[in-house]
Amino acid sequence: MAYAAGVDVGSTQTKAIVIDEDRKIVGRSLLDTGANVIKAAESAFVAALQQGGVDEEEVEFVVGTGYGRYRVTFGNTQVTEISCHGRGAVHLFPETRTVVDMGGQDTKAISVSPEGEITDFCMNDKCAAGTGRFLGAAAAALDIPLDDLGRVSLQSDRPIKISTTCTVFAESEVLAWIGKGKKIEDILAGVHKSIASRSASLMRRVGINDQVTFTGGVSRNEGMVQALEDRLGTELNISDDCHYMGALGAALFAHDHVVAGRAPTEAGVTS
Amino acid sequence: MTVTAGIDVGSTYTKVIIQSDDGVILSRAAAPTGFRLRELARETYDRALVEADIAESDVEYVIATGIGRHQVDFKDLHVTDLTAGARGANFLFPQTQTILDIGGQTMKASRIDDVAKVVSFRLNDKCAAGTGAFLEKTARYMGYTTAEIGPLLSTSKEPVPISGVCAVFAESEVINHLSIGTAPADIMQGAIQSLTARAVQLMKRVRAEPEFTLVGGILRFETMSRSVSDLLEAEVNVPDPETVQFVSALGCAILARLRLKKLAAVSAA
Repeated sequence: MAYAAGVDVGSTQTKAIVIDEDRKIVGRSLLDTGANVIKAAESAFVAALQQGGVDEEEVEFVVGTGYGRYRVTFGNTQVTEISCHGRGAVHLFPETRTVVDMGGQDTKAISVSPEGEITDFCMNDKCAAGTGRFLGAAAAALDIPLDDLGRVSLQSDRPIKISTTCTVFAESEVLAWIGKGKKIEDILAGVHKSIASRSASLMRRVGINDQVTFTGGVSRNEGMVQALEDRLGTELNISDDCHYMGALGAALFAHDHVVAGRAPTEAGVTS
Repeated sequence: MTVTAGIDVGSTYTKVIIQSDDGVILSRAAAPTGFRLRELARETYDRALVEADIAESDVEYVIATGIGRHQVDFKDLHVTDLTAGARGANFLFPQTQTILDIGGQTMKASRIDDVAKVVSFRLNDKCAAGTGAFLEKTARYMGYTTAEIGPLLSTSKEPVPISGVCAVFAESEVINHLSIGTAPADIMQGAIQSLTARAVQLMKRVRAEPEFTLVGGILRFETMSRSVSDLLEAEVNVPDPETVQFVSALGCAILARLRLKKLAAVSAA
């Protein structure tokens, strides 16, 4: 069996995916990136191999992606995370035309063609407003585990309006609302709404076309899914593998290389 | 003796000045604003009264300013930060035409006329990268408190450029610098320079003219004013470190005195 793998080294977490010849996911792993980026990439790769019961020698091609993609020292090549998220999203949800990727430090809106090619993208590269980062700050301020934020926010029936734009100021605004005795679920619902609204304006810049697929770590947050669906007025494609979308896309690109390497006449299958 | 008071409830600090009619500052008090604005304003005012050794009934007029001015329940009047700052800066440096005020969560540039009236202004209050919060965050990423910023800066030898587009993104920049062995002092000074560049841009947008007066808590860091002065290629006025954070509160106390005079003139007429 010939396998292909993708390793996505994000600012916060590193993800790895191993797929078989039929492009079926056989192993996945997820860990915190931490300070040693090279080691994080290796550990994630090894963990995904173990989970799939795959030997390293059986993996014919590895693609690195994410901000730390050049630190994937064992990778055969690198592909940007934008291409990978687009590719992965279209693979899981073939009708995808718009991808919104919310990660630890940035939010990206990507529009893709039916073939999974990127036609446009837009990201917040200058300002952390409206990124997952703000959820981290709110979690710390409220002393609630990050993974519980969404669930708690869904209990709100009267979301407060977060008025600040900057993530730094919003953090103090959250504390101020607590000081005023507002309910935590209402504050959190306000936080989710505010991020959804910033992300929606980012998405409008590339055009929002159905279907929309939500990827990245924040896609596991059910409160964010709800807030974004309310804001966009459309349902979002979500799966448990949305968190791994960058790594999955990378693995699919790696698979292309495996196929191309075996049948050179079919070149053009791409990188 | 007519005694007046000014209170400035800022986003980060609450400041009180008690002043006598001959312009002498009788006392000053400051405390981190926190989230109980009303109570903290009261407590800080009480401390200033004790320090001035006067009773509350001795204070004839109180003016409040700052983002939390409406929470001050013992005020006679409130004015905007810009009006208060202009009056304070004019009192300390009568030739002031342009004021730069950098606080914890806002940066303001204003042009004033020779009777301390604001003629134009520009604010940055949407983004932490242009405010004291940027320095605070940068210090915190490196494990320093706000109080340690000043001493740290004095040891900087070769500042590194810090992009300063976002206080959140600055974290990765700071970590990258630390990982290649850059001294924290040089990173901190880099952050000061990036903040300065933003400040000077804001000043240019109000068509800054000398004399320039710099006020606000951040100006306690002496390298900050030097760096603004270098960029403007001009001398700048900076109140003494004891007063630099209190300029708007001082402006309020002075406005309170002017107000009393006006009220007296009206009732005499």
